[in-house]
Amino acid sequence: MSVTGIKLQPSLFELSRPGRGGGKIPHPPKDALDRLPADQRRTEAPALPELSEPEVVRHYVNLSQLNYGVDTGFYPLGSCTMKWNPKLNEWAARLPGFASLHPLAPDETAQGTLLLLWELEAALCEITGMKAVTLQPAAGAQGELTGILMIRAYHRSRGDVERDEVLVPDSSHGTNPATASMAGYRTITIPSAADGGVDLAAFRAALGPRTAAVMITNPSTLGLFESRVGELLAAVHEAGALAYMDGANLNAIMGRFKPGEAGFDVMHINVHKTFSTPHGGGGPGAGPVGVGERLVPFLPFPRVLRQADSTFRLERPGERPTSIGRMRSFVGNTGVLVRAYAYIRAHGGAGLAEVSEDAVLAANYLKRRLEGVYDIPYDRPCKHEFVASAATIKKETGIRTLDIAKRLIDYGYHPPTVYFPLIVDEGMLIEPTETESVETLDDFADALIAIAREAHDDPQVVHAAPSTAPVKRLDETAAARQPNLRWRGMTGAQTPCPD
Amino acid sequence: MPYGPHTPEERGKMLAALGIDSVDALFADIPPELRSSPLRLPPAEPELELAARLERLASHNRTGLASFLGAGAYRHYVPPLVDQVLLRGEWYTAYTPYQPEVSQGTLQSIYEYESLIAELLAMDVVSASHYDGAAATAEASLMACRHTKRSRVLVSRSVHPQYRQTMATYMSGGDLDLEEIPLVADGPAAGTTDLVALERLLADTARPVAGVVAAQPSVLGLLEPMRAIGDAAHAAGALFVAVVEPVSLSVLEPPGRYGADIAAGEGQPLGIPLGYGGPYLGILASTEALVRQIPGRLIGMTTDLDGKRAYVMTLRAREQDIRRERAASNICTNQALLALAASVYLAAIGPHGLRDVAALGAARAAELADALAAIGVERLHPGPYLNEFAVRVPNAVELHRRLLGHGVLAGIPLAELEPDDPALAEGLLVCATEVTTSDEISLFAWALREQLEATGTVAGERVLATAGGIR
Repeated sequence: MSVTGIKLQPSLFELSRPGRGGGKIPHPPKDALDRLPADQRRTEAPALPELSEPEVVRHYVNLSQLNYGVDTGFYPLGSCTMKWNPKLNEWAARLPGFASLHPLAPDETAQGTLLLLWELEAALCEITGMKAVTLQPAAGAQGELTGILMIRAYHRSRGDVERDEVLVPDSSHGTNPATASMAGYRTITIPSAADGGVDLAAFRAALGPRTAAVMITNPSTLGLFESRVGELLAAVHEAGALAYMDGANLNAIMGRFKPGEAGFDVMHINVHKTFSTPHGGGGPGAGPVGVGERLVPFLPFPRVLRQADSTFRLERPGERPTSIGRMRSFVGNTGVLVRAYAYIRAHGGAGLAEVSEDAVLAANYLKRRLEGVYDIPYDRPCKHEFVASAATIKKETGIRTLDIAKRLIDYGYHPPTVYFPLIVDEGMLIEPTETESVETLDDFADALIAIAREAHDDPQVVHAAPSTAPVKRLDETAAARQPNLRWRGMTGAQTPCPD
Repeated sequence: MPYGPHTPEERGKMLAALGIDSVDALFADIPPELRSSPLRLPPAEPELELAARLERLASHNRTGLASFLGAGAYRHYVPPLVDQVLLRGEWYTAYTPYQPEVSQGTLQSIYEYESLIAELLAMDVVSASHYDGAAATAEASLMACRHTKRSRVLVSRSVHPQYRQTMATYMSGGDLDLEEIPLVADGPAAGTTDLVALERLLADTARPVAGVVAAQPSVLGLLEPMRAIGDAAHAAGALFVAVVEPVSLSVLEPPGRYGADIAAGEGQPLGIPLGYGGPYLGILASTEALVRQIPGRLIGMTTDLDGKRAYVMTLRAREQDIRRERAASNICTNQALLALAASVYLAAIGPHGLRDVAALGAARAAELADALAAIGVERLHPGPYLNEFAVRVPNAVELHRRLLGHGVLAGIPLAELEPDDPALAEGLLVCATEVTTSDEISLFAWALREQLEATGTVAGERVLATAGGIR
């Protein structure tokens, strides 16, 4: 089975022919630019391609067919929650009332969107158990930076300026230590315990007067709930530090565990994971951040405020001097937030709890189907995802996880996340999500089992995979050694302007 | 659950395979004392009712105004083909192209984005992508600090205030210093970056400067002396960061031609809806020399094992999932679909179309300036502008509010955008683009004259009354 079309495309620049295209924009008066100073004018037109509309559309439609998406098939990419992206939400975000609203439009003209954002904040507070939420961060990683900068502001507001360390477990997402560095902190990496959970003793030993924060992903990136999280939170707070929760895996715990109630001080939410907003080939997402009481004063501005007459307005610059400031322009990725709002409204509280139950059920079912064929390094109930490993297969056949991932492409699937978390040898992180049918889960398990058999019986076919994708494996070394990062074939717009 | 496929029998089958009779068993690892209270949310809504709710909310926004509002986000004509391409599920339901063999569509489209934007900016390297113009500018200032190993950045007040605020937030983490370069107070260069002040700030050699940041056009719509600013920065060993607007670069000199080391900007004008602030597109570009400092994804051209042309994520050692605490940034998921929108827009509109968009906007803006001058409303600054400028009106905030009553969104009062600059207190920042009509301009001018006449009287009476009270 082939997962994609075979229409490799020439670049836009090769398709260009002088004089093609046009007809979209009226011609301006000839003297429109005469008032600009000559030394500020562009003298050489940019060498952009000239194309007709049919060529443009075919180029992009054919390119799209080289991709694999949730709309194409099963996408069990662990840690990414590739669930169904409801079509209603795409329609909603494009409603002209939402899509054509200017970000600096006066509050009185933006009441529909402001009400939506306010209700979304309230819903996220309820789901996370947090006191307040900012919708401003544009993605999970920006949410992390927002959270850690708030923690920093909190400590400084108390004159507690000696804290310069952030503790993260070695199973964490790479964004956690990268965020700590951006916020000016030194990262201390704590090894995981043998059961995959946090090593409480190691954390206790590392915690101290220099600890600003501990960043925990719960459920962890191994798909395991941190059962010792209560003790850990107590130890963190006793040391005067604050606890950050990476909410990447919120899809597993809605209605079962509220981080704010449990004692986390701050967390981000990836709405493009838990709340079904599309991943877009690498964004846009949104990374709302929820905080407990202590961090409310430090939230970025502008917040959405409800006034005495039940209308809404945006906070004005300088209105709340304790704020850490602004993380980006305007309010946030509003179009993404409209989709998340629609998703929450479509489910209600019971529906969201069911989402988590089904996500966890599917992951455990799939894990059970693979037991005995793949190594399952942490053999206890998982949450919404689990790690399998090809370590034994590799030892016996030389076939690695990477080969198995590529062979899955030939079977019609997007591969799982591979070699993450870093602490598992030959690991693959598999996240089925709640929107995949039992038939899909069974077929995928059958494919993985068949590939394990191929590894023994016909290793060459696995090693050579993929054989049905539009391209074979790539020469990544050459790409990095002599980077070719842009097309340089054209040297100038090839025809004079037709006006 | 609206989007789940499982029948009760299928759930039963999965539970049976696990040897349990309830999913509760799978949550037994959550300690009892940490288990949550139930979710109190509004009940689930069937799609028909939810669609009606969403339409109702959208209709509560007032978007049918004659709008002269820009200030960092711009109304443009977007050919419908752009969104029709974006609506293909293969684009928007895919993720980061970790598996290049099944992601060549996304990878090639991003390579083409890098190429198109590099042409437009005349820069070597374009990363794909950043959250928005403000975050891209903040990342640019961090890049300058890393590259020069200095910790002080100068930002001109020609840069959008929200960008300056975002830079301040990003730089607070590393205890880096951000200082503002003032604007010239009066004369022919009024409202543009004060070059004398810049030289003075750069002359403090005890505190060497990592980067100088200025915007073209400025937040006030004015054309800035970019070459002179860049020369001053370079003479002090600092990098020069240009904040640019992409449509304008079809007619204005691009940053790569006036010595910018880094260019940042907001990509929203390239086919992306206003959408109350996002999702937008952060553009970030640099010279070849800075390629290992630039954060964000880079896609390179290579070959597959059969020698076929193919594309792949490259120079990954800059990124967080590889380098963790030593990464160039924590950026991960950002705005890939918006980079696609910008590429499709540029491909659809072409180089001549883009020039027409910029030139027609300039023509409409001149028409607007003439119409306002005809009723006695003059520009606040004398220097050249492209399609956005400030005018002087009395009591701008109140006037702006009153014009809404006439269906006119009269730009933005500068007192709201730059509240701490008294020189701008009476300013109204207005803009026109290719979609601005002569009818809208006439309505604006008519309504403004009406209000000026009315409020002129009212204001006069108020002054007299107050004066009488004092006496």
